[in-house]
Amino acid sequence: MAQRMALSTNYAIAYAVKNCDVDVIAAYPITPQTTVVERLSEFVANGELDAEYIPVESEHSALSAVIGASAAGARVFTATASQGLALMHEVLFMASGMRLPIVMSIANRTLSMPLNIHNDHQDMMSSRDCGWIQIYISSAQEAHDTVIQAYRLAERLDILLPVCVCYDGYVLSHTYEPVEVRDKQKVLEYTPRVERPHVLDPDKPITMGVMALPNYTYEFKYQVVDALKRVPKALEEVDAEFADKFGVKYGLYEEYMCSDADVIMIALGAIASTARLAIDNLRSKGFRIGLFRPRLYRPIPVELWKSVLRKAKMLAIVDRAIAFGGCGGPLFSDVATMFINDSERPLMINFIAGIGGRDVTVRDLEQMGLMAFKSLEEGLKEQCIYFGVRGVDYGL
Amino acid sequence: MSELKKWFELPIGCTNIEPGSSLNNITAGWRVFTPVIDEKKCTKCYLCWAFCPENAIKIADDGFPKTDYRYCKGCGICSNECPAKAITMIRQEV
Amino acid sequence: MIMDYSMSTVKDLPREEYFASGHRLCQGCPEAIIARLVTKVLGPNLIVVTPTGCLEVSTSVYPETAWKIPWIHVAFENAAAVASGVEAAIRALQRKGLKYKGRKIHVVAIAGDGGTADIGLQALSGALERGHDFVYICMDNEAYMNTGIQRSGATPLKAWTTTTPVGSKWRGKLQLKKDIPAIAAAHGIPYVAVASISHLKDFAYKVKKAAEIDGPAYIHVQAPCPTGWRFDSSKTIEVARLGVLTGMWVLYEIERGVFKVTVPVPQRRPVEDYLMLQGRFRHLTKEEIEEVQRYVDEQVEKVNKRAGYTAIGPVVRL
Repeated sequence: MAQRMALSTNYAIAYAVKNCDVDVIAAYPITPQTTVVERLSEFVANGELDAEYIPVESEHSALSAVIGASAAGARVFTATASQGLALMHEVLFMASGMRLPIVMSIANRTLSMPLNIHNDHQDMMSSRDCGWIQIYISSAQEAHDTVIQAYRLAERLDILLPVCVCYDGYVLSHTYEPVEVRDKQKVLEYTPRVERPHVLDPDKPITMGVMALPNYTYEFKYQVVDALKRVPKALEEVDAEFADKFGVKYGLYEEYMCSDADVIMIALGAIASTARLAIDNLRSKGFRIGLFRPRLYRPIPVELWKSVLRKAKMLAIVDRAIAFGGCGGPLFSDVATMFINDSERPLMINFIAGIGGRDVTVRDLEQMGLMAFKSLEEGLKEQCIYFGVRGVDYGL
Repeated sequence: MSELKKWFELPIGCTNIEPGSSLNNITAGWRVFTPVIDEKKCTKCYLCWAFCPENAIKIADDGFPKTDYRYCKGCGICSNECPAKAITMIRQEV
Repeated sequence: MIMDYSMSTVKDLPREEYFASGHRLCQGCPEAIIARLVTKVLGPNLIVVTPTGCLEVSTSVYPETAWKIPWIHVAFENAAAVASGVEAAIRALQRKGLKYKGRKIHVVAIAGDGGTADIGLQALSGALERGHDFVYICMDNEAYMNTGIQRSGATPLKAWTTTTPVGSKWRGKLQLKKDIPAIAAAHGIPYVAVASISHLKDFAYKVKKAAEIDGPAYIHVQAPCPTGWRFDSSKTIEVARLGVLTGMWVLYEIERGVFKVTVPVPQRRPVEDYLMLQGRFRHLTKEEIEEVQRYVDEQVEKVNKRAGYTAIGPVVRL
């Protein structure tokens, strides 16, 4: 039976993993992810989940162990954040290159230095082009449902890619919300076991993780490129099947008041929830502004995004990560790139905000919106604004 | 380049689904010295077979070890280890 | 099929081969001998995990593979972690009745000394501590051979490598070899053994025993490398044998805490018989060889004390 419970996003994820009947979990504690795997270890300890829980000695080993387990045919899960994700970095590419349907939740947290346990997206953005499907969510319920969808998506034979479900550390990970925990039987019907073509099996011995020379490496890597191309449509299907089964649909992105907007604000994750209020306030003052929250961020469904964004005169892109020495934040760079060859395209302004858990308030977002309108009227003075840093004044 | 497979012809996920396909790689060209087994001296102890890094010595139906020269790299371990001194390394004619 | 413990000669080794010809390991490579033997003894219900290294790059270059049993490589430092995952998956899937039904599948990691003693030590320690039912075999060629003979924690005292050159200030490696089997044993695992390819029966017996024991087992096998140690490719087994006969490579096992020398050496050969076969020790002076001899004598004394008798005898010069 479905159950309505007050759960933090971390716990909402743990319940989803339990109801997907995973076989192997390997994880290492790291704030603010830890309560996910604490709860999972309780499920295993009390027999609610029949799985092997591997308390590994590092995140590098966590991902390595779930790669081994997934290669042996198991349904697997791991979770991490921040430095843990950075420590996994090389292994991320191996998981996608080996086409293993691993699901990992990431409670996004900044990267040292300075050491800081609070939220921004620096961890994931530093690993964003690693061949994983990346979905950013903005509520505990969405996290719960997305983990279930992630198994369905990852294990599709036309996809077979690892998926990470990203959510803001503390802001979401530790915030309790009412969550409908989906009925286990229905979850298992939705995520049936599939026979994968490539697993370790003495009856059909194969060699996994080959070495390749320049003559074959590119072709193996292109397989990942190709599989990622299929993801947007596959996620739409997976989402539609989810809606049939559970009555909720998330889509590949969320748009709010975008249809007539002169300025569209783009933000991932929790900031987007706050931004709705800012949009409402600015709308009430007569500013035609909308909000676009990407859900599927890797791969980017370029044409879908553009179909919404191209109507605006100005895009205000809020990045919760710094691309040191780059042309702007990572989200900004992505959006700018998708319009680069269009003769008519919106202007774009980039706000770097919320670094290291700095609050991004409704008022902050209103101010960003106003700065976007001002830049639209008076011309763009600064393309990338490090918003709210004490000691920096852009005169806007 | 024509014999190289296209991306969609490769097995998925950096795997190789043809176990033991290294047999396609003939390593005879590595060899400088060639082992020759004198069956008159051979005592069929099979140490040469057990030690061969190339898995290139097979036990024939007559019980004698035979070298598969397609794969023998000519390392000389069989000759060095043969207790009966039945294996001689002979310089390969080019 | 697993061979019988009572194997009396190498003739009794299984005839089945799961490690194919045509691999690209060097002439006289000990790793090929080890891979062949391990897969022979434990195949075909066997999954092998190999970290990045000579064995991996020489056996899996697409489109060819030497492996006829399921095999996986992921990275350099994580063989024990990957093996942990494979073992846990088998355990879970068997319990749930989903896969690998009704048989024992051996999980064996075969790694080099760099992937074991240095970069992979953390993952190995974690896996041993967690008690996974798997076998970890370290093929110790005492340096990073795949990248071109750089020193590792397992390189012995005074050995030349490309990063322990012989110069006016350095004379090969200045430090002692890291005792990895002792580190493995310190985890309190049920089985630790040291083996040599010169003693195949002993090695095969240890591999089989390690696989059959419930829980983690560690085997440390010497892998004399013709390329890196600078000796003729025909001498691989001979060098390994001299390692044993000089007391520099003592063959022992520790089964549930009980230490036993499995191949006693009543009369020891002087260390120079072993050292002088190898170019990596060619720079050693008479005094330096004596220093190595004294060190080995001390080690042998410790072994004999632990064995409770003179398992390794005195040096006898022929």
